[in-house]
Amino acid sequence: MAVGRTCPKIAAVSLEVMIQATGLTKVYGARTAVDHADFEVRPGVVTGFLGPNGAGKSTTMRLILGLDRPTAGTVTVNGRPYRRLPSPLREVGALLDAKAVHGGRSAYQHLLCLARSNAISRKRVAAVLDEVGLTDVAGNRAGEFSLGMGQRLGIAAALLGDPPILMFDEPGNGLDPEGIVWIRGLMRSLAAEGRTVFVSSHLMAEMAQTAEHLVVIGRGRILAETTVRGFVGANANSHVRVRSPDMIRLAPLLTARGWSVRADEGQAIRVYGVAPETIGDLAYHAGARLHELTVVQPSLEEAFMRLTADSVEYHAHAHPA
Amino acid sequence: MRIRRKARFRDAVASEWTKLWSVRSTFWSLLATVVVTIGLSALLSIAYVVSAARGPSFDPGAYGLAGLNFGVITLGVLGVLVISTEYATGMIRTSLAAVPRRSRLLAAKALVLGLITLVVGEAVSFASFFLSQAIFATKDLDVTLGAPGMLRAVLGGGLYLTLIALLSLGVGAILRHTAGAITAVLGVLFVLPIFGAFLPGGWGRTVQKLLPSNAGGAILATRELPASLAPWTGFTVFAGYTAVVLVIAFVLFARRDA
Repeated sequence: MAVGRTCPKIAAVSLEVMIQATGLTKVYGARTAVDHADFEVRPGVVTGFLGPNGAGKSTTMRLILGLDRPTAGTVTVNGRPYRRLPSPLREVGALLDAKAVHGGRSAYQHLLCLARSNAISRKRVAAVLDEVGLTDVAGNRAGEFSLGMGQRLGIAAALLGDPPILMFDEPGNGLDPEGIVWIRGLMRSLAAEGRTVFVSSHLMAEMAQTAEHLVVIGRGRILAETTVRGFVGANANSHVRVRSPDMIRLAPLLTARGWSVRADEGQAIRVYGVAPETIGDLAYHAGARLHELTVVQPSLEEAFMRLTADSVEYHAHAHPA
Repeated sequence: MRIRRKARFRDAVASEWTKLWSVRSTFWSLLATVVVTIGLSALLSIAYVVSAARGPSFDPGAYGLAGLNFGVITLGVLGVLVISTEYATGMIRTSLAAVPRRSRLLAAKALVLGLITLVVGEAVSFASFFLSQAIFATKDLDVTLGAPGMLRAVLGGGLYLTLIALLSLGVGAILRHTAGAITAVLGVLFVLPIFGAFLPGGWGRTVQKLLPSNAGGAILATRELPASLAPWTGFTVFAGYTAVVLVIAFVLFARRDA
């Protein structure tokens, strides 16, 4: 999988900070896209950058890459502002959006242009094309690529300089299921090699499968900076799903004990803050039949929804009939 | 063994060179430049030779270079496209991630564009001259490069086209929009002189002389024209306009969000 990688192995947990934002703020007209963001990204693990659409993920990444100038605050890459990096592609590889390509150029020429700008060899161009599986279509115009192939080309460009830091903005966009599995594996192996991998997504399920660390953003503010497990634990509770044909008898007993009970789909209820054994025993003594008694671990999705409930940019409002 | 040296200006230039030659629009606009400038210079010369009219003020040099005015269009378009397509496609973000020093990226573009248009501009200027004079020679109307001001006019033709391309690059970088930038360039170069011609009095004539294409085109003249600045004066004025546009382009390019 690794092609000509020379990145030195770094211990899986490192104190080194590769990306550091301090009071990072970006205002577009009347809209504050990023609001005093402070966060750090470290090597050796995949750090997820999680937030709803419009939360400021892409803007933050643009600020990291020096494409946009911060209104206030700073962000450094390996201790320096991006614009001061002497050979940026060899320090940071970024996939911002797959459309940032001249459609008239072939995949090979596109990568060659980038390689030459950073004194990277032609051999490396062929290697990354091979790594993302585009060798056979390297001579085709990028404009004729499908969204998934375009995404692969963008990933090839990110890998071109064999950089210790990688950033991917919604890398799963447009990829087929096979491609998504591939990029997950790629990100994990890049992190395992000691690289810093910073990946944004609005899909919690995706993050839960790839990231270990999380930076959560909502309405431009950093809401949490933690591990996936810690985040879920702090922002969501496990519950017990109970299904019974004798619910009419069972439910009052549960609420009478002061446990929080809520309706769940499929004629079931959710009981919070109690062990399944206790519920089982209670049902037995009350003579209520149990058809299901399941402990449901909280999902990242739930934790995320709770945390960002009031920081979603666009709410869908239910209209009364 | 991979090279492990810092990326320099020449790497940005190499990248821009590859960029320019890996899109079709470059080839087509250069081919159009060659065909249109040389072709029209030759056509005009043939038209003059076969017609019966012979004026005492006939300037075989100017006739032979008349086609270069059409090169202004094709190279102006090329100059705009070099930067505007990057904005149109989103490539600019990729380019700036690779070369985050804004001035380096724009300077590399300007250098590559300038070199290519200089070579092509001089080539079509000399080719137009020799072809047209060969046509005039059939009626013994031709001049040689040794004629007063002739070498300067032919060399100047290539230089003028180079500045046109650079001016267009600047306008493209300022407006960041292909159609808008091409309209602006052609409007300034071709439409302004039409309005200028209507301006009354002495100040009107002064303004008319100072309009970009009138000033820049003065380098092509081999006879003294009262309605025009002296060749090198006009060329310097046009170079000044180009410099101002490029300075604005560099400042905005460095400041604006990509």
